[in-house]
Amino acid sequence: MGVPVRRFDAVIVGGGGAGLRAALQLSEAGLKTAVLSKVFPTRSHTVAAQGGISASLGNVQEDHWQWHMYDTVKGSDWLGDQDAIEFMCRTAPDAVVELEHFGMPFDRLENGKIYQRPFGGHTQHNGKTPVQRACAAADRTGHAMLHTLYQRNVRANTQFFVEWMALDLIRDADGDVVGVTALEMETGDIYILHAKAVLFATGGAGRIYAASTNAFINTGDGLGMCVRAGLPLEDMEFWQFHPTGVAGAGVLITEGVRGEGGILLNANGERFMERYAPNLKDLAPRDFVSRSMELEVLEGRGCGPHKDHVLLKLDHLGPDIINQRLPGIREIAIKFAGVDPIKEPIPVIPTCHYMMGGIPTNYRGEVVAPQGDNPEARVNGFYAAGECACASVHGANRLGTNSLLDLVVFGKSAGDSMIKYIRDEMPTWKDLPADAADRSLARVARLDGQTNGEEVADVRAAMQRTVQSRAGVFRNGANLKLGVDEIAQVAERARLLQIKDKSKVFNTARVEALEVENLIEVAVATLVAAEARKESRGAHAHDDYPTRDDENWMKHSLYFGSDRSLRYKPVHTKPLSVDYIPPKERTF
Amino acid sequence: MTLIDATEKKRIRWRSRRGLLELDIVLERFLARGFDELDQDQLADYRRLLALDDNDFLDVVNGKADLDDPALMAIVRLLRAV
Repeated sequence: MGVPVRRFDAVIVGGGGAGLRAALQLSEAGLKTAVLSKVFPTRSHTVAAQGGISASLGNVQEDHWQWHMYDTVKGSDWLGDQDAIEFMCRTAPDAVVELEHFGMPFDRLENGKIYQRPFGGHTQHNGKTPVQRACAAADRTGHAMLHTLYQRNVRANTQFFVEWMALDLIRDADGDVVGVTALEMETGDIYILHAKAVLFATGGAGRIYAASTNAFINTGDGLGMCVRAGLPLEDMEFWQFHPTGVAGAGVLITEGVRGEGGILLNANGERFMERYAPNLKDLAPRDFVSRSMELEVLEGRGCGPHKDHVLLKLDHLGPDIINQRLPGIREIAIKFAGVDPIKEPIPVIPTCHYMMGGIPTNYRGEVVAPQGDNPEARVNGFYAAGECACASVHGANRLGTNSLLDLVVFGKSAGDSMIKYIRDEMPTWKDLPADAADRSLARVARLDGQTNGEEVADVRAAMQRTVQSRAGVFRNGANLKLGVDEIAQVAERARLLQIKDKSKVFNTARVEALEVENLIEVAVATLVAAEARKESRGAHAHDDYPTRDDENWMKHSLYFGSDRSLRYKPVHTKPLSVDYIPPKERTF
Repeated sequence: MTLIDATEKKRIRWRSRRGLLELDIVLERFLARGFDELDQDQLADYRRLLALDDNDFLDVVNGKADLDDPALMAIVRLLRAV
């Protein structure tokens, strides 16, 4: 069939924090390791992580990994798997010290130890008092991590395939993963990368929402590939939001603006938070403000030509306060919202930030899927780590600074599992199936041959509008049901995507069409899983079922794309070495 | 300097995809509005700007930092204005 084949011990898709950490483990073990990345690795979205990486080092205040574990379990609203959470929190101090030894420039205390700053949700004594647990490199922690790991990988001879996009997972007749197909953008050629083990570290898929803080590259490529390969996605109903992103852009407006007296208005000019939260008003908790904002939009009191946002008014504060106490806000509003907040209000909307769900894995980074009676049978040769994976440590909601930790802990753990698998079980490569590249070739051929089809930008916009309005922060049964039907229609349109530019070399139109095919799979999974979950837990707040229902719903959802069906599997309630942390009311 | 042809321009367009949303938005606007008017020298300068790390690049685009190279600053001023 003429598709060129390249062979590696391990192929890693994604060059962000998780992919680089796994690659380092493999390359240092002497295995021939390839990393594919759509963009240069140090321009992965990990670079956007500012806050820090949490670990109970206890450098500033007394701390224990068990307290970190408690906070993470509670943050997850008891949907996180407690074995994976224990593994992550217990490993965290070693993971951070290892980064320090790799040369990552952490901020330091006078005594030379790593400085730790406070961060929401992190406490001592199981929720009693806040603790300083976040290790940071100024406000560029993700950036520093990426550069540190990239340089170590160069030293370890990891082979980078930059500006390559993975297209499809290759599974053989046993269902084992034996490689991926990939598009080299430089030439437009498609290759088979034949591997003994494959790791996905493809990041999030926040671009399914109209309002997203995610960079344009976050298109859920790994998740799309899994769905097409018949593998499930876990807990896709859980997405984390920030209340005030600039409408139409996604750039965040800090919560400090409301702290300084900024207020939210609907289309009637009403300060609607007075109605929802008479005491706290605009300073009510983040998720409550977000849901109130979206309810205003859903009930027709949104602003703008599409009535799709509300307004954040701060002109009454006066230019002095805006300039002195809220530095940078005026520039952000002018640049990204096109308004000067000294004169006009800023259009804002709850904005998607992080995907808690993803490819189901265990704490060893092995991808697992139901087989017979076993809800978590290992998929041979396949691993996932980072935001694209669901281990599940974040459960129904992620704690700040646990995302960078997730990347390095599970990147390394997956790397170790791959080394063991390759050495113990894979003396040589399994054969490639004869049709290994057929699906990818057919997808690209259809795209090139499509006429009278759908424009990529139109379908993407329709998907983003649907997901935003039906599966945002405010959810109810009727709305979700509509959303399931609407996204199915958008998915039908996505089968007919067409591109005008049929050239081979650096054809970004083709890449964007292939990305939208991945996003659509994630969008459908999100709507289907959200519609089915009849409770409120963590980031999934269902207006018809406002409380958590542990009896019926303390379980992970598994979405299967072939028939858009759901199955469920139990939450892991047995930590590795400590006692189970039983569910409690989640109050702060 | 080698000619920046149509293919190289497509490569430059792809390299305008970044790790930070703010940069994605600014560069997307620039690609839609100013990019096609750049002459060969300006294209080469824009390509050099793309080699910056994302956080440094954003600081420059947001006016929090400047660059020493006047040719690069000329392109930066175009980006600040989009």
